[in-house]
Amino acid sequence: MMDRLFLIAHVAGQAVAIGADQVESVVDIGTIVAVPRAGGHVRGLAALRSRVVTVIDTVAALGMTGGQDASRAVITRVDGHHYALLVDALDDVAPFVLQPLASGVPLSEAWQRAGIGLVERDGEPILAIDLTALVPASPAQAA
Amino acid sequence: MDDLLQEFIAETRETLEALSGEIVAWEANPGDRARLDAIFRFVHTVKGSCGFLDLPRLARLSHAAEDVLAAVRAGERAPDRALVNAVLAVVDRIGELVEAIDAGAGLDDSGEDLLIAALAEGSEEVVQVAAPAAQRAAARSVRLNVDLLDRMMSGMSDMVLARNELSRRLRNAEVDPQVEAALERMSATVADLRDTVTRTRMQKIDALFSALPRMVRDTAASLGKSVTVQIDGAEVELDREMIEVLRDPLVHIIRNSIDHGIESPEDRRAAGKREHGRLSVAARQSGNQIVVEIADDGRGIDTERLIRKLADAGRDERALRSLSERAKHDLVFEPGLSSKDEVSEVSGRGVGMDVVRSAIEQIGGRVDLDSQPGKGLRILIRVPLTLSIIPTIVVAAAGQRFAVPRQAIEEIVSESSDSIRVDRIGSAEVATVRDRRLPLVELADVLGIGGNVCPMHTMLAIVSVGEGSYALRVDDVLDNEELVIKPAAPAIMATGVYAGQTLPDSGRPMLLLDCGGIARDAGLQFVHDVLAEEIEEAAETEAEGVQALVFIDLDGARRAVPLGVVDRIEQVDADAIRHAAGRLRLTIDGRIIPLAARRDIAGAATWSILRLKDGVSEIGYAIAEAADIMTLPAEIVPAGAPGPIAGAVLLDDEPVELLDPHWLFAEHGEDGANSEVAPLCLLTGGEDGWMRTFVQPMLETAGYRVTLDSSASADVVLALDGAAEAHAARAPVVRLRSARGCEGDGSIWRYDRDALLGALASVARGK
Repeated sequence: MMDRLFLIAHVAGQAVAIGADQVESVVDIGTIVAVPRAGGHVRGLAALRSRVVTVIDTVAALGMTGGQDASRAVITRVDGHHYALLVDALDDVAPFVLQPLASGVPLSEAWQRAGIGLVERDGEPILAIDLTALVPASPAQAA
Repeated sequence: MDDLLQEFIAETRETLEALSGEIVAWEANPGDRARLDAIFRFVHTVKGSCGFLDLPRLARLSHAAEDVLAAVRAGERAPDRALVNAVLAVVDRIGELVEAIDAGAGLDDSGEDLLIAALAEGSEEVVQVAAPAAQRAAARSVRLNVDLLDRMMSGMSDMVLARNELSRRLRNAEVDPQVEAALERMSATVADLRDTVTRTRMQKIDALFSALPRMVRDTAASLGKSVTVQIDGAEVELDREMIEVLRDPLVHIIRNSIDHGIESPEDRRAAGKREHGRLSVAARQSGNQIVVEIADDGRGIDTERLIRKLADAGRDERALRSLSERAKHDLVFEPGLSSKDEVSEVSGRGVGMDVVRSAIEQIGGRVDLDSQPGKGLRILIRVPLTLSIIPTIVVAAAGQRFAVPRQAIEEIVSESSDSIRVDRIGSAEVATVRDRRLPLVELADVLGIGGNVCPMHTMLAIVSVGEGSYALRVDDVLDNEELVIKPAAPAIMATGVYAGQTLPDSGRPMLLLDCGGIARDAGLQFVHDVLAEEIEEAAETEAEGVQALVFIDLDGARRAVPLGVVDRIEQVDADAIRHAAGRLRLTIDGRIIPLAARRDIAGAATWSILRLKDGVSEIGYAIAEAADIMTLPAEIVPAGAPGPIAGAVLLDDEPVELLDPHWLFAEHGEDGANSEVAPLCLLTGGEDGWMRTFVQPMLETAGYRVTLDSSASADVVLALDGAAEAHAARAPVVRLRSARGCEGDGSIWRYDRDALLGALASVARGK
C-alpha cells in the first residue's frame, strides 16, 4: 500500500488527517464578514489576497456546537469555489498509509460522512477526513 | 461595424487555420461525418456573419457550399471527389476573400460563378487555380487568451490590496512627505491601470446590439415583412468573451423570429394583429446573471409541425405527443431540425437552435423559451455574471455593508423627506413617493440582522425589478463603486438574496444583493399587465403614418413639413443671412446653404431656421416658430400646381399646408447636386406604405430620387399591383406585383430586387 501525504490538524480538540491533495494552502484568516441567512456552518467571507473565500466553521460542520475562535484555516477548492476551513492547530505534514475504518466504530452522522479511513501516527489512530464533505452543497447538488 | 469586421476576419482566419487539418482529413475520407460537420459549421458561421456584415460575395459562396454540405449530411448526395474538390475550392476562396477584405485590396470575382457551378451535381471537377498570394495586412489588433486577461486582472487586484496595506501602515507612522507624495502617485497609477485592465475584459452589449436594427430591417425586407425592433439595455456591460459567444446565437434567434415567428402582413391582418411585427431585444442584469431577452409577437412555436418533422425523421410520434407542452417547445433544440418546410436564404435550415443552445451552455448559460401560440415567442438567454464589472451603490444595514446594482435603483430618498410618506397597512409597510405607492421592505429584516434603526434617519432605495418596484429601507447609503462581482459559494447563493460577492478596495469582502430575490423573499407580488401595455402601444402605433413638424410660417400660416427631411431647428443671427449670388443664403457651421423664406427677412435679430436635408444637399427654411409634431393623415388634398406647397391636410380640424420638400430642393438646392441628374421615380400603389417603407430607401440608395406625389413629372413610374393606369401616359412604367410566381404579364415580383433595379435602370437609360 502506498503512503500518501496527510496534513495533521486539530479540530474540536482532536487530531484529524487531511489528504494533502485537498489542501491548497494553510493561512491565518483575518476579518470575517458575516453572511446573514447563510446556513449554520458558513461563518462568513474573508479576503485571501485578491480572492474571497467562504469560511466554514469546521466544528459546526462536524455536527458539534460551533463557535470556535480559530483563526488558522485550511484552504481547499470545491467546484471552483475556495473555502477556508477553520482549524485549531496544525501539526505537520507526513506520509501515512490510509487504512480502512475499523468496523463498529460508532461515529456520529457528520463524522461518518467526512471520515474516509484511519492513519496511524506512532500508534495513535487518527481519523482521515474528506474536506469536500464539510463544504455545504447547494440544494441542487444535495437533491 | 469596423470592430465587428475585424473580429470576423480574425475569427475566420483562425477557424480556417484550425480547419485546414480537417479539410485534408475529409479529402482523404469523405465519409467522415465529424469532419463534414466541422466544415459545415464553418461555412454556416461564415454565412451568418456575412449577413450581419453585409458581405454579399462571401454570403453567396458560403450559402452555396452550405447547401451542398447539407445535401451530403442528409444523404441526398454522395461526397465524391468532384464535390469535395468543389467545396474545398470554395473554402479556399473564402479565405482569400477574407484576406483581401482585411488588406483592403480588391479581388476580382471572376471564377466565383464557376466555383459555385462546380458544386452542382454531375459537374466537372474544378481545377484548382493557384491564386496569387493575397497580401496580408498588418494586424491592427491582437487576440489574447482570456486566461491571460484573468491573470492580469487578478494580479491587478493583488496590487490594489498591497497598496492599501502599504498606505495603512504608512498612516500609522511618521512619514516623510516625499514618501507620501510617491504613494499618492502610485495610487493614481494603480487606479488608472485597474480601470484599463478592467476595460480590457468589458464591453457594452451595445457592441452586439448596434448592428441589430439594420439587420432586422434587411432581413424583414427580404422576406416581405415589416418588423419594428426595440432595443433596451444597450449599456449593460458584459465580459468581452460572453459578448463574442452571444453574437451568433443572437443573430440566429432574431432571424428565426423574423423568418419563422413573425407572420406575413396578410396573415397578421387576418389574425387581427398589427401588420408591423414587433421584435424587442433587451439586456438586463438579474441577480448574478445577465439576461438577454428576445421577444416577438409572431405565431409562436408550431409544436404540431415540430412533432410531425421529428416523426418523419423516425422518432416515436406517440412519445413526442405525450410530452408536456414545455417539453414540446424544447423540441426546437433538437439537432438537424428545420421548423420551416422551405429552406430560406434567411434562417437557413434550422441548425440554428441546437447550435444556439450548445453555445450558450458552454459558457454556463441557459436558454429558456416562452411560447404563446399565435401571440409570440419570448426567448431568454441567461449568462452568468462572472467577472462582470457592475456599478453598484454601497448601502449599510445593521452595521454591515452590502452592494446593490445601480442599474436596479431608480432613486434614493431620505425617509425624513417631506415628499415621502410611510404607512403601516396591516402587517406591511407602504411607502408613498410622489403619488407612487410602493411596498416597503426592510433590508435588515430580510437578512435577519438586528433592525434597530431610527426611522428618521433611514434611507429608501427605490428598487426596480423586472415586474415592479419597491422601496428598500437601509440605514445608510455610503458610496458608489464599480465592482468585480463573482459568484459566491453555492451555500450562500442558496439563500436567494445575494447575487454574488466582491472584494472592494477596502479589502473586506462584500456581498451583492439580488433585488429580485429580496422581493421574492419578502413575498412581493407584482401584477404585470403586459397585455394592457401591448394595447396601449398598439393604439399608438396604429396611427402610424408620416410624422410632420407643424410650424408657423413667416407669413403667419400654419404649415407642416415631413419630419424626415428636417435635420434640426436652429436659431441664427440675422447677420448670418445674406443675399449673395442672386439668392438668399445662410452661413452656418462654416458652410453656406441656400435659404428659402416666404417673405423678406428683416427686422429681427435672430431667426428660426429649419434645416432640411435630403441626404445630399441641405437648404434652410425660415419660419416664425415651430409648433408641434403631428402624424399626417392619409388624405392629402393636392395643390393645383407644383410649388412649395404639396397640398393641404386636416390636422386637429384645421387645414394645414404641407410643404413639398422635393420642390423646395429642386428650386433652392444647389445646382449640380445629385438631385439634378438622378432620375425621379414616382411610387404608386400599395396602400399600407409598403412602397414608402421598402422601396424608397432602396431606390434612394441606388441613386434615384423618389416621390410619392403623383403630380410630379417623374422620369419613371414604379407601380404596385396595377396602380399604374393613371400615369401610363406620362412616363415609362415598371410594374410590380405582390404575388410571387404568376410571371408572364411583364411585372416584377416586388422582392426581386435585382430585377427591379435592372428594369428601372434600363428605363432610365432609355429616356
